[in-house]
Amino acid sequence: MLAVAPLLIGVMPFGMIYGALALSQGLSPAAALAMSTILFAGSAQFLFCQLFGAGAPALVIVAEVGLLNLRHALYSAALAPHIAQLPRRWKLALAYLLTDEAYATIARREASGEASGEASDPHRHWFYLGAGLGLWGSWQLSTVVGVLLGARLPVDWPLDFALPLTFIAIVVPLIRNRTMLAVAAVSGIVALLLAGLPFKLGLLVAALVGMAVGWWLAGSVR
Amino acid sequence: MNAWLLIVLCGVVTFAIRLSFIAAEGKVTFPPGFRRLLTFVPVATLTALVIPDLLMPQGTWWLAWDNARLMAGLAAIAIAATTRSVLWTLAGGFVVLGVWS
Repeated sequence: MLAVAPLLIGVMPFGMIYGALALSQGLSPAAALAMSTILFAGSAQFLFCQLFGAGAPALVIVAEVGLLNLRHALYSAALAPHIAQLPRRWKLALAYLLTDEAYATIARREASGEASGEASDPHRHWFYLGAGLGLWGSWQLSTVVGVLLGARLPVDWPLDFALPLTFIAIVVPLIRNRTMLAVAAVSGIVALLLAGLPFKLGLLVAALVGMAVGWWLAGSVR
Repeated sequence: MNAWLLIVLCGVVTFAIRLSFIAAEGKVTFPPGFRRLLTFVPVATLTALVIPDLLMPQGTWWLAWDNARLMAGLAAIAIAATTRSVLWTLAGGFVVLGVWS
Protein backbone atom coordinates (compact mmCIF):
# COMPACT_ATOMS: atom_id res chain seq x y z
CA MET A 1 0.00 0.00 0.00
CA LEU A 2 2.95 2.29 0.68
CA ALA A 3 3.78 2.29 -3.03
CA VAL A 4 0.54 4.06 -3.92
CA ALA A 5 0.17 6.31 -0.85
CA PRO A 6 1.55 9.47 -2.54
CA LEU A 7 -0.71 8.83 -5.55
CA LEU A 8 -3.77 8.32 -3.34
CA ILE A 9 -3.20 11.77 -1.88
CA GLY A 10 -2.42 13.12 -5.36
CA VAL A 11 -5.74 12.05 -6.90
CA MET A 12 -7.84 13.46 -4.05
CA PRO A 13 -7.76 17.16 -5.06
CA PHE A 14 -8.22 16.11 -8.67
CA GLY A 15 -11.33 14.07 -7.80
CA MET A 16 -12.76 16.94 -5.79
CA ILE A 17 -12.21 19.38 -8.66
CA TYR A 18 -13.86 16.90 -11.03
CA GLY A 19 -16.94 16.62 -8.79
CA ALA A 20 -17.33 20.39 -8.65
CA LEU A 21 -16.71 20.82 -12.40
CA ALA A 22 -19.27 18.14 -13.32
CA LEU A 23 -22.02 20.03 -11.47
CA SER A 24 -20.99 23.35 -13.03
CA GLN A 25 -21.31 21.81 -16.53
CA GLY A 26 -24.88 20.70 -15.93
CA LEU A 27 -24.49 17.07 -14.83
CA SER A 28 -26.61 15.83 -11.94
CA PRO A 29 -24.81 14.74 -8.74
CA ALA A 30 -25.87 11.13 -9.40
CA ALA A 31 -24.49 11.22 -12.96
CA ALA A 32 -21.24 12.79 -11.73
CA LEU A 33 -20.76 9.97 -9.20
CA ALA A 34 -21.79 7.28 -11.70
CA MET A 35 -19.23 8.56 -14.19
CA SER A 36 -16.48 8.07 -11.59
CA THR A 37 -17.44 4.41 -11.15
CA ILE A 38 -18.33 3.58 -14.77
CA LEU A 39 -15.59 5.50 -16.59
CA PHE A 40 -12.97 5.70 -13.80
CA ALA A 41 -10.62 7.89 -15.87
CA GLY A 42 -10.01 11.36 -14.44
CA SER A 43 -8.81 13.21 -17.52
CA ALA A 44 -11.53 11.70 -19.74
CA GLN A 45 -14.15 12.68 -17.14
CA PHE A 46 -12.91 16.28 -17.28
CA LEU A 47 -13.05 16.27 -21.07
CA PHE A 48 -16.53 14.71 -20.98
CA CYS A 49 -17.77 17.50 -18.70
CA GLN A 50 -16.31 20.26 -20.89
CA LEU A 51 -17.77 18.82 -24.11
CA PHE A 52 -21.10 18.02 -22.45
CA GLY A 53 -21.29 21.55 -21.07
CA ALA A 54 -20.53 22.95 -24.56
CA GLY A 55 -23.36 20.87 -26.05
CA ALA A 56 -21.14 18.67 -28.25
CA PRO A 57 -22.86 15.88 -30.24
CA ALA A 58 -22.81 12.42 -28.65
CA LEU A 59 -20.59 10.92 -31.34
CA VAL A 60 -17.97 13.64 -30.83
CA ILE A 61 -17.91 13.07 -27.07
CA VAL A 62 -17.50 9.29 -27.39
CA ALA A 63 -14.82 9.63 -30.11
CA GLU A 64 -12.74 12.16 -28.16
CA VAL A 65 -13.03 10.27 -24.87
CA GLY A 66 -11.97 7.15 -26.77
CA LEU A 67 -8.99 8.92 -28.33
CA LEU A 68 -7.93 10.40 -25.00
CA ASN A 69 -8.08 6.96 -23.38
CA LEU A 70 -6.31 5.25 -26.28
CA ARG A 71 -3.10 5.57 -24.26
CA HIS A 72 -4.53 2.89 -21.95
CA ALA A 73 -3.96 0.40 -24.78
CA LEU A 74 -0.26 1.04 -24.18
CA TYR A 75 -0.70 0.26 -20.47
CA SER A 76 -2.75 -2.82 -21.36
CA ALA A 77 0.07 -4.05 -23.59
CA ALA A 78 2.61 -3.48 -20.80
CA LEU A 79 0.57 -5.34 -18.17
CA ALA A 80 -0.64 -8.19 -20.42
CA PRO A 81 2.42 -10.51 -20.28
CA HIS A 82 2.56 -10.28 -16.46
CA ILE A 83 -1.01 -11.47 -15.93
CA ALA A 84 -1.34 -13.86 -18.89
CA GLN A 85 -1.67 -16.91 -16.58
CA LEU A 86 -4.42 -15.49 -14.37
CA PRO A 87 -8.11 -16.50 -14.57
CA ARG A 88 -10.44 -14.36 -16.66
CA ARG A 89 -12.09 -12.63 -13.67
CA TRP A 90 -8.68 -11.32 -12.60
CA LYS A 91 -7.99 -9.99 -16.09
CA LEU A 92 -11.36 -8.23 -16.21
CA ALA A 93 -10.85 -6.68 -12.76
CA LEU A 94 -7.30 -5.51 -13.46
CA ALA A 95 -8.33 -4.08 -16.85
CA TYR A 96 -11.12 -2.08 -15.18
CA LEU A 97 -8.66 -0.71 -12.60
CA LEU A 98 -5.97 0.22 -15.16
CA THR A 99 -5.33 3.99 -14.97
CA ASP A 100 -2.38 6.35 -15.49
CA GLU A 101 -1.56 6.14 -11.79
CA ALA A 102 -1.93 2.33 -11.56
CA TYR A 103 0.30 1.92 -14.60
CA ALA A 104 2.92 4.27 -13.10
CA THR A 105 2.92 2.23 -9.86
CA ILE A 106 3.20 -1.09 -11.67
CA ALA A 107 5.94 0.16 -14.00
CA ARG A 108 7.95 1.46 -11.05
CA ARG A 109 7.61 -1.86 -9.19
CA GLU A 110 8.57 -3.87 -12.26
CA ALA A 111 11.66 -1.70 -12.72
CA SER A 112 12.77 -2.13 -9.09
CA GLY A 113 11.84 -5.84 -9.11
CA GLU A 114 13.97 -6.50 -12.16
CA ALA A 115 16.85 -4.65 -10.54
CA SER A 116 16.69 -6.86 -7.43
CA GLY A 117 15.87 -10.10 -9.29
CA GLU A 118 12.31 -10.46 -7.94
CA ALA A 119 10.52 -9.95 -11.24
CA SER A 120 8.83 -13.37 -11.03
CA ASP A 121 7.03 -12.83 -7.69
CA PRO A 122 3.99 -15.18 -7.97
CA HIS A 123 1.79 -12.97 -5.75
CA ARG A 124 2.28 -9.69 -7.53
CA HIS A 125 -1.23 -9.69 -9.01
CA TRP A 126 -2.36 -9.01 -5.43
CA PHE A 127 -0.11 -5.96 -5.48
CA TYR A 128 -1.73 -4.81 -8.76
CA LEU A 129 -5.18 -5.36 -7.27
CA GLY A 130 -4.33 -3.52 -4.04
CA ALA A 131 -2.86 -0.55 -5.89
CA GLY A 132 -5.86 -0.38 -8.24
CA LEU A 133 -8.45 -0.67 -5.45
CA GLY A 134 -6.68 1.96 -3.35
CA LEU A 135 -6.75 4.41 -6.26
CA TRP A 136 -10.35 3.48 -7.03
CA GLY A 137 -11.47 4.10 -3.45
CA SER A 138 -9.77 7.48 -3.15
CA TRP A 139 -11.19 8.53 -6.54
CA GLN A 140 -14.79 7.67 -5.52
CA LEU A 141 -14.40 9.29 -2.12
CA SER A 142 -12.93 12.51 -3.48
CA THR A 143 -15.66 12.71 -6.15
CA VAL A 144 -18.28 12.58 -3.40
CA VAL A 145 -16.50 15.38 -1.53
CA GLY A 146 -16.25 17.44 -4.74
CA VAL A 147 -19.96 16.99 -5.51
CA LEU A 148 -20.88 18.00 -1.94
CA LEU A 149 -18.60 21.06 -1.98
CA GLY A 150 -19.21 21.93 -5.63
CA ALA A 151 -22.42 23.85 -5.10
CA ARG A 152 -20.71 26.10 -2.55
CA LEU A 153 -17.69 27.09 -4.67
CA PRO A 154 -17.66 30.49 -6.43
CA VAL A 155 -18.56 29.98 -10.11
CA ASP A 156 -15.61 32.01 -11.41
CA TRP A 157 -12.99 29.61 -10.04
CA PRO A 158 -11.01 28.27 -13.03
CA LEU A 159 -11.46 24.59 -12.06
CA ASP A 160 -11.16 23.46 -15.68
CA PHE A 161 -7.47 24.46 -15.61
CA ALA A 162 -6.77 21.30 -13.58
CA LEU A 163 -7.07 19.34 -16.85
CA PRO A 164 -4.17 20.94 -18.78
CA LEU A 165 -2.07 21.04 -15.62
CA THR A 166 -2.50 17.30 -15.06
CA PHE A 167 -1.66 16.56 -18.70
CA ILE A 168 1.48 18.66 -18.42
CA ALA A 169 2.48 16.60 -15.36
CA ILE A 170 1.97 13.37 -17.34
CA VAL A 171 3.53 14.46 -20.65
CA VAL A 172 6.66 16.37 -19.60
CA PRO A 173 8.40 13.36 -17.96
CA LEU A 174 7.61 11.27 -21.09
CA ILE A 175 9.57 13.62 -23.39
CA ARG A 176 12.96 11.99 -22.98
CA ASN A 177 14.26 12.07 -26.56
CA ARG A 178 14.07 14.06 -29.77
CA THR A 179 11.43 11.84 -31.34
CA MET A 180 9.02 12.45 -28.43
CA LEU A 181 9.81 16.17 -28.56
CA ALA A 182 8.98 16.18 -32.29
CA VAL A 183 5.69 14.34 -31.62
CA ALA A 184 4.78 16.94 -28.99
CA ALA A 185 5.74 19.86 -31.25
CA VAL A 186 3.82 18.58 -34.28
CA SER A 187 0.70 17.68 -32.25
CA GLY A 188 0.74 21.06 -30.55
CA ILE A 189 1.19 23.05 -33.78
CA VAL A 190 -1.49 21.12 -35.70
CA ALA A 191 -3.85 21.53 -32.73
CA LEU A 192 -3.27 25.30 -32.84
CA LEU A 193 -3.81 25.48 -36.60
CA LEU A 194 -7.07 23.52 -36.34
CA ALA A 195 -8.31 25.16 -33.14
CA GLY A 196 -11.08 26.87 -35.11
CA LEU A 197 -12.89 23.56 -35.64
CA PRO A 198 -15.88 23.05 -33.32
CA PHE A 199 -15.86 20.78 -30.24
CA LYS A 200 -12.08 20.29 -30.20
CA LEU A 201 -12.25 18.18 -33.38
CA GLY A 202 -8.80 19.54 -34.30
CA LEU A 203 -7.54 17.51 -31.35
CA LEU A 204 -8.40 14.26 -33.15
CA VAL A 205 -6.47 15.25 -36.29
CA ALA A 206 -3.53 16.75 -34.35
CA ALA A 207 -3.05 13.62 -32.24
CA LEU A 208 -3.16 11.33 -35.28
CA VAL A 209 -0.66 13.50 -37.22
CA GLY A 210 1.66 13.60 -34.19
CA MET A 211 1.55 9.80 -33.84
CA ALA A 212 2.24 9.35 -37.56
CA VAL A 213 5.25 11.68 -37.37
CA GLY A 214 6.65 9.80 -34.36
CA TRP A 215 6.13 6.45 -36.08
CA TRP A 216 7.85 7.71 -39.20
CA LEU A 217 10.78 9.26 -37.29
CA ALA A 218 11.34 6.17 -35.12
CA GLY A 219 11.24 3.97 -38.21
CA SER A 220 13.77 6.04 -40.10
CA VAL A 221 16.23 5.90 -37.18
CA ARG A 222 16.35 2.08 -37.13
CA MET B 1 -28.48 12.30 -26.06
CA ASN B 2 -29.13 11.34 -22.47
CA ALA B 3 -26.13 11.97 -20.18
CA TRP B 4 -26.44 8.51 -18.61
CA LEU B 5 -26.35 6.71 -21.93
CA LEU B 6 -23.29 8.76 -22.94
CA ILE B 7 -21.51 7.89 -19.70
CA VAL B 8 -22.18 4.17 -20.22
CA LEU B 9 -21.00 4.37 -23.87
CA CYS B 10 -17.78 6.13 -22.88
CA GLY B 11 -17.30 3.59 -20.09
CA VAL B 12 -17.68 0.64 -22.48
CA VAL B 13 -15.21 2.15 -24.96
CA THR B 14 -12.68 2.87 -22.20
CA PHE B 15 -12.99 -0.61 -20.69
CA ALA B 16 -12.55 -2.19 -24.13
CA ILE B 17 -9.34 -0.19 -24.66
CA ARG B 18 -7.99 -1.20 -21.25
CA LEU B 19 -8.86 -4.85 -21.82
CA SER B 20 -7.57 -4.96 -25.43
CA PHE B 21 -4.03 -6.26 -25.04
CA ILE B 22 -4.75 -8.11 -21.79
CA ALA B 23 -7.45 -10.17 -23.56
CA ALA B 24 -5.47 -10.58 -26.78
CA GLU B 25 -2.24 -11.73 -25.09
CA GLY B 26 -1.13 -15.05 -26.59
CA LYS B 27 -4.06 -15.16 -29.06
CA VAL B 28 -3.34 -12.37 -31.51
CA THR B 29 0.05 -11.19 -32.77
CA PHE B 30 0.33 -7.53 -33.68
CA PRO B 31 2.69 -6.17 -36.33
CA PRO B 32 5.88 -4.85 -34.66
CA GLY B 33 5.19 -1.29 -35.84
CA PHE B 34 1.89 -1.26 -33.97
CA ARG B 35 3.41 -1.14 -30.50
CA ARG B 36 5.81 1.52 -31.68
CA LEU B 37 2.86 3.62 -32.78
CA LEU B 38 1.24 3.14 -29.35
CA THR B 39 4.24 4.61 -27.51
CA PHE B 40 3.44 8.00 -29.08
CA VAL B 41 -0.22 8.03 -28.08
CA PRO B 42 0.08 9.74 -24.65
CA VAL B 43 2.35 12.58 -25.82
CA ALA B 44 0.40 13.18 -29.07
CA THR B 45 -3.09 13.24 -27.53
CA LEU B 46 -2.29 15.13 -24.33
CA THR B 47 -0.11 17.79 -26.00
CA ALA B 48 -2.80 18.41 -28.63
CA LEU B 49 -5.23 19.10 -25.79
CA VAL B 50 -2.95 21.29 -23.69
CA ILE B 51 -1.31 23.67 -26.19
CA PRO B 52 -4.51 25.39 -27.45
CA ASP B 53 -5.69 25.73 -23.83
CA LEU B 54 -2.55 27.77 -23.07
CA LEU B 55 -2.12 29.82 -26.25
CA MET B 56 -5.79 30.28 -27.16
CA PRO B 57 -7.66 30.23 -23.85
CA GLN B 58 -10.54 32.22 -25.36
CA GLY B 59 -10.44 30.73 -28.84
CA THR B 60 -8.06 33.26 -30.41
CA TRP B 61 -4.30 33.75 -30.27
CA TRP B 62 -3.16 35.29 -27.01
CA LEU B 63 0.63 35.29 -26.98
CA ALA B 64 1.27 37.96 -24.35
CA TRP B 65 2.63 38.50 -20.85
CA ASP B 66 -0.84 39.08 -19.45
CA ASN B 67 -2.08 35.63 -20.58
CA ALA B 68 -2.20 34.06 -17.10
CA ARG B 69 -2.94 30.55 -18.43
CA LEU B 70 0.14 30.65 -20.65
CA MET B 71 2.34 31.78 -17.75
CA ALA B 72 0.85 29.18 -15.40
CA GLY B 73 1.33 26.50 -18.06
CA LEU B 74 4.98 27.43 -18.58
CA ALA B 75 5.53 27.34 -14.81
CA ALA B 76 3.80 23.93 -14.68
CA ILE B 77 6.07 22.59 -17.44
CA ALA B 78 9.13 23.69 -15.44
CA ILE B 79 7.74 22.17 -12.22
CA ALA B 80 6.81 18.90 -13.95
CA ALA B 81 10.29 18.63 -15.48
CA THR B 82 12.02 19.07 -12.12
CA THR B 83 9.67 17.37 -9.61
CA ARG B 84 7.84 14.83 -11.88
CA SER B 85 4.97 15.18 -9.43
CA VAL B 86 1.34 15.67 -10.50
CA LEU B 87 0.47 17.20 -7.14
CA TRP B 88 3.22 19.85 -7.22
CA THR B 89 2.48 20.64 -10.86
CA LEU B 90 -1.21 21.20 -10.05
CA ALA B 91 -0.42 23.28 -6.97
CA GLY B 92 2.25 25.42 -8.68
CA GLY B 93 0.14 25.94 -11.80
CA PHE B 94 -2.87 27.13 -9.82
CA VAL B 95 -0.75 29.43 -7.65
CA VAL B 96 0.80 31.12 -10.72
CA LEU B 97 -2.62 31.37 -12.36
CA GLY B 98 -4.05 33.02 -9.26
CA VAL B 99 -1.14 35.44 -8.77
CA TRP B 100 -0.94 36.41 -12.46
CA SER B 101 -4.62 37.11 -13.13
